[in-house]
Amino acid sequence: MKMLVLGLSHKTAPVEIREKVAFSPTAMAEPLRQMLALDAVNEGIIVSTCNRVELYAVSREPDRALLQLKHFLAEYHAVLYEHLEEHLYNYVGEDAIRHVLRVAASLDSMVIGEPQILGQIKTAYGYASEFKTAGLILNRFMHKAFSVAKRVRTETAIASNAVSVSFAAVELARKIFDHLEDKTVMLIGAGEMCELAAKHFINCGVAEVMVTNRTFARAEKLAAEFHGRAVAFENFRDQLHRVDIVLSSTGAPDYVLEASKLAEVIKLRRNKPMFLIDIAVPRDIEPKANKIDNIYLYDVDDLQGVVQSNLKERHKEAAKAEAIIDVEIAQFYRWLSTLEVKPTIVALRNKLEDLRQAEVQKTLSSLGADDKTTKAIENLTRALVNKILHQPTSLLKDAQNLPDGEVYIDAVRMLFALPAPAADEEDEQA
Amino acid sequence: MSAHIVLFKIVMLCYLTASILYLVAVVSRRVKSGILARWVLLGGAIVHLMSLVARFVQLGHTPVTTLNESLSFFAWCLVLIFLIFDLRYRLAVLGAFSSVLALMTMLGSGFAPKAVEPLNPALNSWWFPLHVTLAFLGNAAFAMAFAAGVMYLLQDRMLKSKRFSPLYYRLPSLDTLDNINYRALSFGFPLMTLGIISGAAWAESVWGTYWSWDPKETWALLTWFVYAALLHGRLSIGWRGRRAALFAIIGFACLVFTFLGVNLLLGGQHTFDALLGTP
Repeated sequence: MKMLVLGLSHKTAPVEIREKVAFSPTAMAEPLRQMLALDAVNEGIIVSTCNRVELYAVSREPDRALLQLKHFLAEYHAVLYEHLEEHLYNYVGEDAIRHVLRVAASLDSMVIGEPQILGQIKTAYGYASEFKTAGLILNRFMHKAFSVAKRVRTETAIASNAVSVSFAAVELARKIFDHLEDKTVMLIGAGEMCELAAKHFINCGVAEVMVTNRTFARAEKLAAEFHGRAVAFENFRDQLHRVDIVLSSTGAPDYVLEASKLAEVIKLRRNKPMFLIDIAVPRDIEPKANKIDNIYLYDVDDLQGVVQSNLKERHKEAAKAEAIIDVEIAQFYRWLSTLEVKPTIVALRNKLEDLRQAEVQKTLSSLGADDKTTKAIENLTRALVNKILHQPTSLLKDAQNLPDGEVYIDAVRMLFALPAPAADEEDEQA
Repeated sequence: MSAHIVLFKIVMLCYLTASILYLVAVVSRRVKSGILARWVLLGGAIVHLMSLVARFVQLGHTPVTTLNESLSFFAWCLVLIFLIFDLRYRLAVLGAFSSVLALMTMLGSGFAPKAVEPLNPALNSWWFPLHVTLAFLGNAAFAMAFAAGVMYLLQDRMLKSKRFSPLYYRLPSLDTLDNINYRALSFGFPLMTLGIISGAAWAESVWGTYWSWDPKETWALLTWFVYAALLHGRLSIGWRGRRAALFAIIGFACLVFTFLGVNLLLGGQHTFDALLGTP
């Protein structure tokens, strides 16, 4: 039994192709049914997001299954196979397991560590369970993938640093003030990014919001939206000493705030730090202000720079995540390889033979029997073991051809507590 | 004696393990490693206390009369003060600093001469352990202020220059660091003041004079003024942040000199030779 993945993503296909082969999230029954109808495919899941379309399948004949899946994808969406082929990637066996785990852990995402992909895969799995296209292996494997994704999230800092400018501003504020609950934010001017950042600050529970604008009516409107207070543009400088965080984005050609004014303000504040975010171009706040002790001034480029170093940090954390995934793959692969028929039968025979010999030894040594009796006991026990094993063995052999045959193999392994094959045996099978 | 050495080795091992775990927690940002480190450090501190008590019983006086004893006692004070701070702040970086400093102090203690010699009768007074304990606990608190100060300067510089090294992600916020600075100061300053007063009282009871301007006393007074200036600046002029951090660092430098430099370089009645009554 092999896991396989066939798909395309933002890394291999432009959006023109991706949108053509995307599956509608509200009508998954039909494609899943058709996928399972392919004779080489035993189990299947379809993951379809705006960045990737992937088919996860389990098959005994991976090569044939891949070919069928490729044609299924093209035919279902009425796309010429030749147009599609160059954008497709596929993985078999261990590579397929690794790929799915990486996708679920958001290591393969456009923005590493973004949280949506796990939810999307969970939804895809939900459909597969609803329409019963996931069997023993995919059920077990998808749960594995979810737990690995959770582990990566909790054990690495892969998702911990902001990768958008407005969130980066909030995180910077936290690095300066620690908590924002008693802080006051002032918006100077209005602008999309400014308002977005203000919303983030409000979500983080800042105590007060002040809004100022050359047009007082606009200030009032925005203030109402944020449950804040409008301040006349002529007076806002007198309020600055009460403000911890300034978000500025006016269309003014000159500076709205000079460094000398801010030096006064900081004195008035008894050196309590101030965080100034200048999103305007041309800039609103005199850059020299950053040199004043306890003033931290960031313009748009600075914030972009922060986002870049946050991304770099995420990539570093990704290396840790890969290590976690390596360990989990080994574990899952070991379980998967126990689902082979031949080694299971051999293991079952060995187990019973060992038991038989041990018991025969015990009986014979206490009996002190002669050759004839010994032979009789040997024959008796051997026949007994063979009789017991006959039905399970033939059932296991048939299991190869049953769609859910692995269920029996798994059950036998559990009932008789058969050990997983050693590492070198695994290699032989692979 | 041998029991004492076994305890000493256990303490060293605990501090070493805690240092490694804290460093792992900082470098690879593993929370669990930091939690484990805290328990190991606590275990080490308990064993350390047992060894100090055992030593006290054995000698009949507080074991701070030789360099190795006082280094060991200081390491314990440091760990104790850190664990108290840790109740509130839970910072792996502070843990890494404290456990590594404690470990190095213990190593210094291990290498320092161990000769047990007849005691100067001056030590036979309750003022003596009081003086040393207060002074050492104050020093340990100032070590926290020093660590927070260094971290503040680093973090402030990264936030100003907008160039973030991996350290940026591992250091706490400026506000937290400034808070630790202030708290350590408000712990350390009264302890140090009481330490100096009890020292003066002790001197009076032994030598008949409160203050004799020996080098250690002079330096201690100088250090006291640095911290007094910082406390005053904080409370009445609104000093904070960078300036407070700088002062905490300067103060600690003076302190280290008072503690080690004076004993090793300059003379006076605070040197261990004098304490032991051997010229």
